[in-house]
Amino acid sequence: MSINPDDIFAFSPQHRLQWEEAQQKDVILYPEGMVELNQSSVEILKMCDGSRNLQQIVHDLEQKFGTTGLKDDIIQFLEIALQNGWIERTTN
Amino acid sequence: MAGSNAPQISPPRWLLAELTYSCPLQCPYCSNPIDYSQYPEELDTGEWQRVLSQARKMGAVQLGFSGGEPLTRKDLPELVSHASDLGYYSNLITSGYGLNEEKIVQLQQAGLDHIQVSIQASTQELNDHLAGTESYQHKKKVAHLVKKHGYPMVLCVVIHRENIHQMQQILEMAIELEADYLELANTQYYGWAHLNRDLLLPTREQFLEAEAIAQRYKKRLAGKMKIYYVVPDYYEDRPKACMNGWGTTFLTIAPDGTALPCHSARSLPGLDCPNVRDYSIAEIWNESRAFNFFRGTEWMKEPCRSCDEKRKDFGGCRCQAYLLTGDMYNADPVCSKSPQHQVIEEAIAAARRSAEQTEAPLIFRNSRKSRELSGGK
Ligand code: SF4
Ligand code: SF4
Repeated sequence: MSINPDDIFAFSPQHRLQWEEAQQKDVILYPEGMVELNQSSVEILKMCDGSRNLQQIVHDLEQKFGTTGLKDDIIQFLEIALQNGWIERTTN
Repeated sequence: MAGSNAPQISPPRWLLAELTYSCPLQCPYCSNPIDYSQYPEELDTGEWQRVLSQARKMGAVQLGFSGGEPLTRKDLPELVSHASDLGYYSNLITSGYGLNEEKIVQLQQAGLDHIQVSIQASTQELNDHLAGTESYQHKKKVAHLVKKHGYPMVLCVVIHRENIHQMQQILEMAIELEADYLELANTQYYGWAHLNRDLLLPTREQFLEAEAIAQRYKKRLAGKMKIYYVVPDYYEDRPKACMNGWGTTFLTIAPDGTALPCHSARSLPGLDCPNVRDYSIAEIWNESRAFNFFRGTEWMKEPCRSCDEKRKDFGGCRCQAYLLTGDMYNADPVCSKSPQHQVIEEAIAAARRSAEQTEAPLIFRNSRKSRELSGGK
């Protein structure tokens, strides 16, 4: 699943992203299943709000954390997220 | 239980609320206990709400409303709405019987996250025969309605010898119904299914053929439909990691309020499963004898005790060990290292003989039969 520069990403309406107090973790919930997320995955998923493409996600996250070179990690995670159906893409 | 040897207790993640044993269907593989008719006392609305609140507080987040048929509980919308306020992800596990558009909308407004509809087979004739009720057309309609209202659509088909030859048609039916998830659950032989095992267990050839078809579709449909394929453990070398480990993840509450570490734990002797009418969920989960019974690995006998896989499968299923070997501390006999493994091979051979002979009748799950089989009470 390769990522197009024009793809805009949005969190899937069929899944739910939720903070779990007892676990002190964000989780994705879906029919009869649950995935626990680490901090960086959550940050990327929160950027998938239906307004950003890859470049904007990379830019906004690098700015937020005052760093560079996140692109490869972000691509890798977006591919996993697409494969699992956690996010969807729309092309402008 | 505070001794230094006591295993670390992780909080429950899944709560399975078996709201009722009543059900209009009579599936001969039903996992309810054979003597379910002996537990007619159901928890009331307030008691269920308390259970939901206490379990959520401990960390349970996935919630299954099941049964029996949960739709026979009039207070289902009320319970769903309570669950939604608490932040559960709530799953309704239903035969679809008695579900109509009005109820689907009502439950959605109450905050239900998903509906899993079970279908018995891919043809009307076989479905209605297996369910012991005319229900096929209605189930298909329900599946369409679930989809129409934007729920993730999960179809569940329990697989056994009577329908395993329909594997391909079942998969095609799921495509036609636009299922987002398809659960192909090979029958687990407890309760009613164990009673009917000779008639339900597929032969090895049937199983291998069906599995190959399912895997082919799984690849083809990747990204469109998620297919969960539950393997029949009789044809495996190693047992399943039952319940992800005793008292680590799953909490089942039976209709009468009995708290169970696994849904058939009631059948185990001397476990003394606690009731939510007498104890809080925290007391039950952390302190009760039943939930601590098979926690960790200290309870194990050989060959599990010195086995390097004991943290992977936890010795398999306790109920299966008890049901098939008469000793709940034994290794699950599905394991090829189990000294009792021949009981599985005998069961497979018996199923083959029965497959080659003329049919004996299936025993359908209903209250009359249940009373008969629990001593005519
Ligand atoms: S398996 Fe069949 S009989 Fe048993 S509760 Fe489910 S629908 Fe009812
Ligand atoms: S001997 Fe026991 S622990 Fe080892 S693989 Fe078999 S069931 Fe699992």
